[in-house]
Amino acid sequence: MKCGVVVFPGSNCDHDCYHILKHIFEIDTRWIWHKETADLDGYDFIVLPGGFSYGDYLRAGAISRFSPVMKAVVRYANKGGRVLGICNGFQILVEAGLLPGALIQNRSQKFICKTVFTRVEMTDTPFTRFCKDKPVLKIPIAHHEGNYFAPPETIKTMEDKGQIVFRYCTAEGEVSGASNPNGSIENIAGVANEKKNVMGMMPHPERCADPLWPDRDGQLIFKSLIQSL
Amino acid sequence: MPEITPEVVKQHGLTIQEYQRILDLLGRTPNFTELGIFSVMWSEHCSYKSSRPFLKNLPTEGPRVLQGPGENADVVDIGDGLAVVFKIESHNHPSFIEPHQGAATGVGCIMRDIFTMGARPIALLNSLRFGDLEDPRTRYLLNGVVGGISNYGNCTGVPTVGGEIYFDACYNGNILVNAFCLGLVHTDKIFLAKAGGVGNPVIYVGAKTGRDGIHGASLLASSEFDETTEEKRPTVQVGDPFTEKLLIETCLELMKKDGVIGVQDMGAAGLTSSSFEMAGNSGTGIEFDLSRVPLREEGMTAYEILLSESQERMLFVVEKGHEQETLDILNKWGLDGAVIGRVIESPEVRIEYQGEQVVNLPISPVVEGALDLKRPKSKPQYLESVQQLDLTELAEPGRGDEALKKLLASPNIASKEWVYEQYDHMVRLNTLVLPGSDAAVMRIPETHKAVALAVDCNSRYCYLDPFMGAQIAVAECSRNVICSGATPIGLTNCLNFGNPEKPEIMWQFEQAVKGISEACKYFDIPVVSGNVSLYNETKGVSIFPTPTVAVVGLLDNLEHHCTQGFKNSGDLIGLLGLTLEEISGSEYLKRTFDLCRGNPPYLDKKQEKAVQEVCLQLIQGKLIQSAHDCSDGGLGVAVVESCITGPENALGATLDLGTTLRKDALLFGESQSRILISFTGENRQAISEMARKKEVPFAVIGEVGGSHFTTRINNTEYIHQDLQTLKKIWKNTLGNYAR
Repeated sequence: MKCGVVVFPGSNCDHDCYHILKHIFEIDTRWIWHKETADLDGYDFIVLPGGFSYGDYLRAGAISRFSPVMKAVVRYANKGGRVLGICNGFQILVEAGLLPGALIQNRSQKFICKTVFTRVEMTDTPFTRFCKDKPVLKIPIAHHEGNYFAPPETIKTMEDKGQIVFRYCTAEGEVSGASNPNGSIENIAGVANEKKNVMGMMPHPERCADPLWPDRDGQLIFKSLIQSL
Repeated sequence: MPEITPEVVKQHGLTIQEYQRILDLLGRTPNFTELGIFSVMWSEHCSYKSSRPFLKNLPTEGPRVLQGPGENADVVDIGDGLAVVFKIESHNHPSFIEPHQGAATGVGCIMRDIFTMGARPIALLNSLRFGDLEDPRTRYLLNGVVGGISNYGNCTGVPTVGGEIYFDACYNGNILVNAFCLGLVHTDKIFLAKAGGVGNPVIYVGAKTGRDGIHGASLLASSEFDETTEEKRPTVQVGDPFTEKLLIETCLELMKKDGVIGVQDMGAAGLTSSSFEMAGNSGTGIEFDLSRVPLREEGMTAYEILLSESQERMLFVVEKGHEQETLDILNKWGLDGAVIGRVIESPEVRIEYQGEQVVNLPISPVVEGALDLKRPKSKPQYLESVQQLDLTELAEPGRGDEALKKLLASPNIASKEWVYEQYDHMVRLNTLVLPGSDAAVMRIPETHKAVALAVDCNSRYCYLDPFMGAQIAVAECSRNVICSGATPIGLTNCLNFGNPEKPEIMWQFEQAVKGISEACKYFDIPVVSGNVSLYNETKGVSIFPTPTVAVVGLLDNLEHHCTQGFKNSGDLIGLLGLTLEEISGSEYLKRTFDLCRGNPPYLDKKQEKAVQEVCLQLIQGKLIQSAHDCSDGGLGVAVVESCITGPENALGATLDLGTTLRKDALLFGESQSRILISFTGENRQAISEMARKKEVPFAVIGEVGGSHFTTRINNTEYIHQDLQTLKKIWKNTLGNYAR
């Protein structure tokens, strides 16, 4: 099995994703520099990591989506390849049109770094199959522009097609205003495309996947991906 | 070029005597550009002319110290072929004028001091001081500074994991922003600021140079604030954290190759200081052409290019033949850069611009010529009266509930969650102990080790007695590190004081430095780097003397770390150390009686050392569940904090105390050398025995459990509060104010 972590200028969590995939899950993990244009067909899945690619200038992900590598990522996704976008990665996928909606500034207008709970709405995706027995994940967020938005009709369509994958919730799994850290519409924390081969999520699974830390729910996302192949 | 008149000399922040010295050393009149160079290099900020004589006595050596003060940052060996590089620096004046950019660039500057030595920055801390909550500017400054640190630190992917924040009216006109950074380096790959090898190319790396920050060092950081302060806004530098991130990756990649001889970041006084200092360190010289410097603006003069403090720029000296390799790496990461000159034999700096020679100066007068100013000192008059405090005049309240709530609602004690939630404190997956405990703990990747980090200074104590206050800063900071299970291995300090031209301020400075020196010698902690910030004064009102210290500790086995929160219902609560009747200088005295008087609590260094040793033994022996230093707010606040910062649903506690002291002194006094611990009943005997062996007072004072915080003193109830009520006050105070 081989996976790739895309590195944009300004990516920060690329090292964290690499560490989890290579050292914890022991998968052959490669760096994919943003200037590479070669086809990605040899990879079993691709990760677009978190960070501040291009400083988040203009809009988070707005410039990265024009990086040379994105052409290959789009081709790969259109052919059914699995793509996981985390935080900035999610923002880039949305800007590139691979996922619906937009990610705007947090309602508080401040950066937020804290551990939250997310309810797994869809376990029928390659990214969440292992979450069947764990409907509520404890997982950290760290973002300034994590406020998910899409027009109500789009949300309705996404709901009907099972594209809403995670919602912010309380420790008991209740989706409520109080458990929404950033103002996302309907507490949406992660979504997938129609074919379910591309998923973006604002929380950071790589930050709760190393056995050294007490919280390990992030492992379920990576396990799901690996086992689905 | 403008002619040099006495007025021009004054505008450059130089005295007539200093100008005369320049004439004597050069044997000629400098041109305008050369005067600008002396102006920045001889400024207080760059030359330390007021403070240098006092700093000589700080203990700087130790078996782990590989590189002491003098370089960008100090290097301390942690074994396994690794070392840590760390330093704390101030960015006070720019942050008061433009809080977001001032604080942001403070973070940028300190990070560059770290990775310029080849170390990847792995943690940031900061010590912030703002004015009174009632002062109209405080909310604006607080939001601006935290926003600036947040944006810059987060964007570069370096976690901000700890710090301290204080509010006091003395900072109304001068806030303090001290930024600390720690990086990791292999001991065989440490880079210094050298310009070695005649003929080797000098390469400019990083952002383009613009007109920002000119005279940031000489005029902004080296003088008081007054009515003209707003006009100094152009002297505040503007940061670009994205470029900084690219710079980190570029530099570290360059340093993996074999060609780098020396590197220096362009900080205060930009291209000027880096070129002169690198050559000065090697006994060589540099010649370069300003026409080759990448510029952001048109029509810049040589003066402007040399004095610009545009951020995110480094100066490299590489081996001849490695120029293309260097430029290729710059290109890969999208950074500007150019070969701008070369190393020469003669110890001079010769600079050309647009075909003409604009500067030709010998290095020694510029770098070493500033005379140490033998500033007069005299004990301040306020001290004698302010140290008087008659406890009999302070009515002791019958119960402690109100005082406790006032303390938890004090911004100096309340939770800083509103702040650290704006900092990414988890990126890079090394943060073992997140913000909220006594010290942050960072694991060292690929080893089983960790380092603990804390930054501290109680400036109120320093105002009342700078010598004792400074010693306490060292003791308290190292105590915080001990509470996490680590052994202190080095200290860095940022000395923030008022106007050095005033004898009372110089006296405070001397006393504080003596205090740090004495404490560090006693506790065997080398002072491996530091920074001085003077002129923190506005219209004659000076800040409290604030010698901020940061201590780094080492844990050989990261599994033996400890945190401050209670863990289990049923655990016993114990206190190591002795409580004396000391309310003076305390947060309690301030909040309940609105006084800042008396002497700081007494520090018995022998007792402190013994308490720290016992605590460390208990942690390493896995005999305790938690350890928390007693500081602001005393024992009462420490216990409540341990209740609240435990597992998610706070655990209550009941204390049963007996005393002959005033009850408020027992519960809220800030006696030193005390550590609050919790443990399971079966370990009680062993703990008691360990304490007894080291002659450390130890008492079991209560038990964890329930949903209240209850304290009985001499069998009478003194406090009884629902823990959720206390938690709400503590948790929400700062956020409610700031929003």
